[in-house]
Amino acid sequence: MTKKNVKNTKSVKSVELCHRNPGIEFDLALISDININRSAIERRTASLVKRRTVKKDYQAAWLLKAITFIDLTTLSGDDTPGKVRRLCQKAKQPVSKEILAALDVTDLNIKTGAVCVYHNMIETAVTALKGSNIPVAAVSTGFPAGQSLHSIKLAEIAASVADGAEEIDIVISREKVLTGDWQGIYDEVKSFRHACGDAHIKTILATGELATLTNVAKASWVCMMAGADFIKTSTGKEPVNATLPVSLVMVRAIRAFYELTGVKIGYKPAGGVQTAKQALEYIILMKEELGNDWLVPELFRFGASSLLGDIERQLEHYVTGSYSASFRHAIS
Amino acid sequence: MSIKEIFSTMEYGPAPESTEVCQQWLKKRKQTLDHFIDGQWVKPASEQYFDTVNPANMQVIAKVACGDGRDVDTAVAAASQAQKCWHELGGHARAKYLYALARQIQKHSRLFAVLETMDNGKPIRESRDVDIPLVARHFYYHAGWAQLIDSELPNYQPLGVVGQIIPWNFPLLMMAWKVAPALAMGNTVVLKPASLTSSTAVLFSQICQEIGLPKGVFNLVLGNGQTGQSIVEHPDVAKIAFTGSTGVGGHLRKITAGTGKKLSLELGGKSAFMVFEDADLDSVVEGVVDAIWFNQGQVCCAGSRLIVQESIHDKLIAKIKARMEQFVIGNPLDKGVDMGALIDPKQLSSVKKMVELGVTEGAELYQPSCKLPDNGCFYPPTLLTNVEPASSLAQEEIFGPVLVAMTFRTPSEAVQIANNSRYGLAASVWSENINLALDVAPKVKAGVVQVNCANMFDAAAGFGGYKESGFGREGGKEGLYEYIQETWLAKLPKSIDAVKKKVKKSTVIAEPASIDRTAKLYIGGKQVRSDSGYSRPVYDAVGVQFAEIPDGNRKDIRNAVEAANKASAWSGTSAHNRAQVLYFIAENLTARSAEFIKRISQLTGKTASEAKKEFDLAIHRIFTSAAWADKYDGQIHSPPQRVVTLAMKEALGNIAIVAPEEAGFLGFISTIMPAIAMGNRVVVVPSDETALLALDFYQVLETSDLPGGVVNIVTGDRDALTDTLAKHYDIEGLWYWGTSEGSKLIETEAAASMKRTWVNYGKAYDWHDNAQIESDLFYRKSVEIKNIWVPYGA
Repeated sequence: MTKKNVKNTKSVKSVELCHRNPGIEFDLALISDININRSAIERRTASLVKRRTVKKDYQAAWLLKAITFIDLTTLSGDDTPGKVRRLCQKAKQPVSKEILAALDVTDLNIKTGAVCVYHNMIETAVTALKGSNIPVAAVSTGFPAGQSLHSIKLAEIAASVADGAEEIDIVISREKVLTGDWQGIYDEVKSFRHACGDAHIKTILATGELATLTNVAKASWVCMMAGADFIKTSTGKEPVNATLPVSLVMVRAIRAFYELTGVKIGYKPAGGVQTAKQALEYIILMKEELGNDWLVPELFRFGASSLLGDIERQLEHYVTGSYSASFRHAIS
Repeated sequence: MSIKEIFSTMEYGPAPESTEVCQQWLKKRKQTLDHFIDGQWVKPASEQYFDTVNPANMQVIAKVACGDGRDVDTAVAAASQAQKCWHELGGHARAKYLYALARQIQKHSRLFAVLETMDNGKPIRESRDVDIPLVARHFYYHAGWAQLIDSELPNYQPLGVVGQIIPWNFPLLMMAWKVAPALAMGNTVVLKPASLTSSTAVLFSQICQEIGLPKGVFNLVLGNGQTGQSIVEHPDVAKIAFTGSTGVGGHLRKITAGTGKKLSLELGGKSAFMVFEDADLDSVVEGVVDAIWFNQGQVCCAGSRLIVQESIHDKLIAKIKARMEQFVIGNPLDKGVDMGALIDPKQLSSVKKMVELGVTEGAELYQPSCKLPDNGCFYPPTLLTNVEPASSLAQEEIFGPVLVAMTFRTPSEAVQIANNSRYGLAASVWSENINLALDVAPKVKAGVVQVNCANMFDAAAGFGGYKESGFGREGGKEGLYEYIQETWLAKLPKSIDAVKKKVKKSTVIAEPASIDRTAKLYIGGKQVRSDSGYSRPVYDAVGVQFAEIPDGNRKDIRNAVEAANKASAWSGTSAHNRAQVLYFIAENLTARSAEFIKRISQLTGKTASEAKKEFDLAIHRIFTSAAWADKYDGQIHSPPQRVVTLAMKEALGNIAIVAPEEAGFLGFISTIMPAIAMGNRVVVVPSDETALLALDFYQVLETSDLPGGVVNIVTGDRDALTDTLAKHYDIEGLWYWGTSEGSKLIETEAAASMKRTWVNYGKAYDWHDNAQIESDLFYRKSVEIKNIWVPYGA
């Protein structure tokens, strides 16, 4: 398996988007025997978050780490350049300087993993983030439903990459999953991957619309075969978004793919991760099922908008001993 | 470590649960745990105390009263005194007390959890999330049964004073399993916790005091095995409920033999964890964790035998080993550990020795690299591969975090290996194919079968074993019968120790038959001569010998049991078919009514009309059993999880019946019909007096489509045959109506095989009373309840 270093020449990065997933040939045999037992999955996630916990300074350190995993996101019809600039500022300075100083972590240069926007806002975001090394991610391919022409989807990716997006969050055609057209998913993602060029591709499965965990596992595999750099749960627009059981299924697929190919695929739960406590649970899940190697922004992201606010409040509580209030922290 | 460093290492760090409140509680008790008798804290008569130690750090927690016979006497007296009142309070009042106990346990749940973990060494996560919530659940659930007792169990009464002896692995939970149903049904309790874990029982006693439970209803006597023995031997104790080792269980069966004390035993296990190739293997790995590394593997139903389909063995073992590397072992009060400490140094050394033995016998040892604390009884999760059914470790219970793995080729071989054990407590079946899973589950001889899960517990689902894992159930409606008895049964007269032998007047055969007929034994559907080659005379009612029957011996019993084994297909026959066969038997027997009625009066001296009445009642009995065959069926329990729990009623297997001597042909029919209706195969020793009728009867069986081997009839010396049956290892149930000495002999001899015995202690059933003989009791004794857990979710 070849692993190539890809340098994006458009901007300097501190986040080293290094190993790409070259993908493998489509192999139906790899997914035909997959059978996921939902009850067992749910028992594991219920027990997992009770088996491990982090307290005090450990919790503070983990929450700071969680911030670096956040794809700080705004994906609304009423997004404006002003709103996006505000978001980018927050991405660059997610926690107040006082709190960072109190934690003695000023020099960690904490910032979010990326900023995630619609195509129209890419330019604004790239400008606002200039010099910060924070990549801009763009949702694409007829996000969120993905019900548009394939050629338009490819054009959308190309346009976003041209505008400076370094990460493209595509949506797969759920219809193909629900009709069992796995080859179709593979071909689709592979063509998206090609259109992305040097930009990293995150494939959104929209797990809330795939009906079964077995479908989630199979879709994860097919996306990874087709060259996905990240697999991502949701658009945030489905009725059910990221959950721990869905995440467990997806990270186990990542583990199995790594065991087969030696390639590490990233994981991004999106939508539904709103509290610091939930973020810690997801990190525990990653650590237990995949190991510390995956606890880096190159391989783990949260797609979230309100999570950061709760983390800030928890950090302030840790520093001061008093419960915080949201107005004490800058909005995004 | 600084936050910056942690940011880079991303380690978990310590998360200890505070023991402050718990220490205060112990301080308030002056680090002294006393008996709780008649609502009072009582110091031991011996004035002796022993230490109870935290096995995670070997520090003394408190001193514990060492009870002896005197304390037991006081406690039993208090319980006896309180019992009548407690019963007469009625179900609703008792429900209110049980509800209050449940609420109070929840209010103090963290104190219970911390105390349990300090005393036992189990992770706080388990005591907090598993033990204590289940304890509360048991009291809620049984508060409900107390409330419903009048409508649901109208013809039953409590047993009286119940003695309960519980183990150290789930101290408070095992106490709840025993105390809740006992109190709900109107009994009073004398309970002795394990000497290693007395603390939470003392806290529970305090809660009984706080809610105002009437004095003497719950009594706690602390102490060691000797204290337990005093409870067992106390003449005023009506029932013993015991959870512990099979060795001690057998001992209790012997010392209670013949006393009429009701006994339920939850004993050891070597439960199979069966993995088929289509299972979700990553989930299987977590199932293994739940099965064998829950509570440090000190679980009687631990899935300790991993039986894996050969095709996926290497893949699964690799996954399990990788998972084991993630294990954290340490201070059980830390919220981030997977395993805490074993119960004491003795147990630790026993586990070590067993593992060494396994390695000596050729097993391959795998233990992860996790660090163990220096102090305390810690042992790492352990996997032994290369173990075969013939290895000691595949057969012996280790009672520690040790999993042994072996392979199978086909589903039937998986079942065969799973059943290749003296034990039969639990099993797990992992497959995504519901057809396969539900085919295998009934074939595994175990009281609890868990499909795609492990160590599932709930108050609504019965728990208990097959074979040498003991008998009786805890939880569910089935568990209530351990604490009640039929009102009529309680009132039976004691009378039949001396059934009068007829005076033998003559050895001359009167009325020579037109053609000599030779009565034979009936074994495996064939008429066979007795092994001995001897015959026994048959006398008529006035003492004149008029026929001879075979003098069967132990070899005939052996042959009969083998024939019964070969007829195992009967247990799998549909209930509808079994009913059809029984109706057909009634039909064919009726066709020969004149002959049977004549023979009844000839042998017993009954008048023709009395004999006809007996015959008609026998036909009635056959009809009743046929009727129940497809109606005495299972239940679906509703535990709080997303799962269906199928409480299936399964035939015991081989039931030996020593029919009531005094009840003749009617007794013979009344006892075998419920047994075969429920799918058992029987070996029956008919009454001496009417044995000839039993042999006449096989001709009816032969014409009624009953498969050979389902009913086997052996005539001969009742006492000698009974002795052979009691000692036989391949008989699951033994029913006996005879003398009190015979009853005692059976209960004593059955201890080795743990077969289910049902004896009359020399009391006389009224065989003409349908309320007795056609009651639920006969069907309950014919089946074993197996709870099959089937979680679901697409």
